[in-house]
Amino acid sequence: MPMAETQLVLYDEDYRKVLGVCERLARDAHAKGVFVVDKNGQLMAEAGDIRGIDTTSLASLTAGSIAATGGLAKIIGEEEFPIHFHQGQRDNLHMTVVAKRIILVVIFDERSSLGLVRLRVKKAGGELARLFEEIRKKSERARSSGGSPFSEITDDDIDKLFAD
Amino acid sequence: MSFINYASREINCKVVYYGPGLCGKTTNLQWIYSKTNPELKGKMISLATETERTLFFDFLPLALGQIRGFRTRFHLYTVPGQVFYDASRKLILKGVDGVVFVADSQVERMEANLESLDNLRGNLQEQGYELDKLPYVMQYNKRDLPNAAPLAEMQRMLNPGGITEFEACATSGKGVFETLKAVAKGVLNDLRRMAR
Repeated sequence: MPMAETQLVLYDEDYRKVLGVCERLARDAHAKGVFVVDKNGQLMAEAGDIRGIDTTSLASLTAGSIAATGGLAKIIGEEEFPIHFHQGQRDNLHMTVVAKRIILVVIFDERSSLGLVRLRVKKAGGELARLFEEIRKKSERARSSGGSPFSEITDDDIDKLFAD
Repeated sequence: MSFINYASREINCKVVYYGPGLCGKTTNLQWIYSKTNPELKGKMISLATETERTLFFDFLPLALGQIRGFRTRFHLYTVPGQVFYDASRKLILKGVDGVVFVADSQVERMEANLESLDNLRGNLQEQGYELDKLPYVMQYNKRDLPNAAPLAEMQRMLNPGGITEFEACATSGKGVFETLKAVAKGVLNDLRRMAR
């Protein structure tokens, strides 16, 4: 039986490193937007100049899409389809699975190209894989050391959330 | 699998509404969506067929407020209840922090309830979870219908362990928020327990 995944904890310093990779990727790939999404549908970082899009929905649907195609991959004997590309009339979407746990999403238009995005994503993906390996180890340490902010919460704290 | 983000001071948790086809999972989320202040909710997404049967999932992000300076956010998902969508149900259960089982109270749906509950247990086990160790709430929906099975029978068949349970009528909202609050509390209590 597989082990259930551990809780993920993202600290400020790690977030800044992840964000740095995203910002550099957005710049180098001439992308409109770069998003890092956890496979469970949580948005972890975003960069670029896309304004006003619903990032929560983007994250959830990205995870759903990757999960569905991952299921398809298994049916035909592949472990996963790690790269996805959706071409639109104006904007395109490039999704890559990084370190089996994270999805790197790039939105780009005619100012960039699929080749450039693929090239830049490959480098950024490698950096993110290393970062998330560190983050995973830290999350495990945080869990075993009881360093979570939730170790201190009281029944009262929880009840207050539901006061109305 | 909850996600604690120190940078944005947020904690995100995932709750899945499970149950047989047409038991009212989507209706639960629609009621929550319709009665929640706009600033506390995101857009509700329904990936459904043309006949409004859930095809993949419904998704509703909710903000509950702050605990110790962290904004608590719950991502509510439903699964497609129809038996043949089992592959999709397995995907949606990944990373789950809490489960609501929505049972259909109609006598003729008892077998479907039992089958779905078995399916939930099995699909969780495949991913390393034990239903009995997860925050888990039972909702008996459609209590308003004339063909609803007696409550005692539903309890005996579906909840012999006596987990937190609610009678509900999701179309009128009865029991919907009570169920949500109970599972959210369960998830937060579980987070505390894990943190200690």
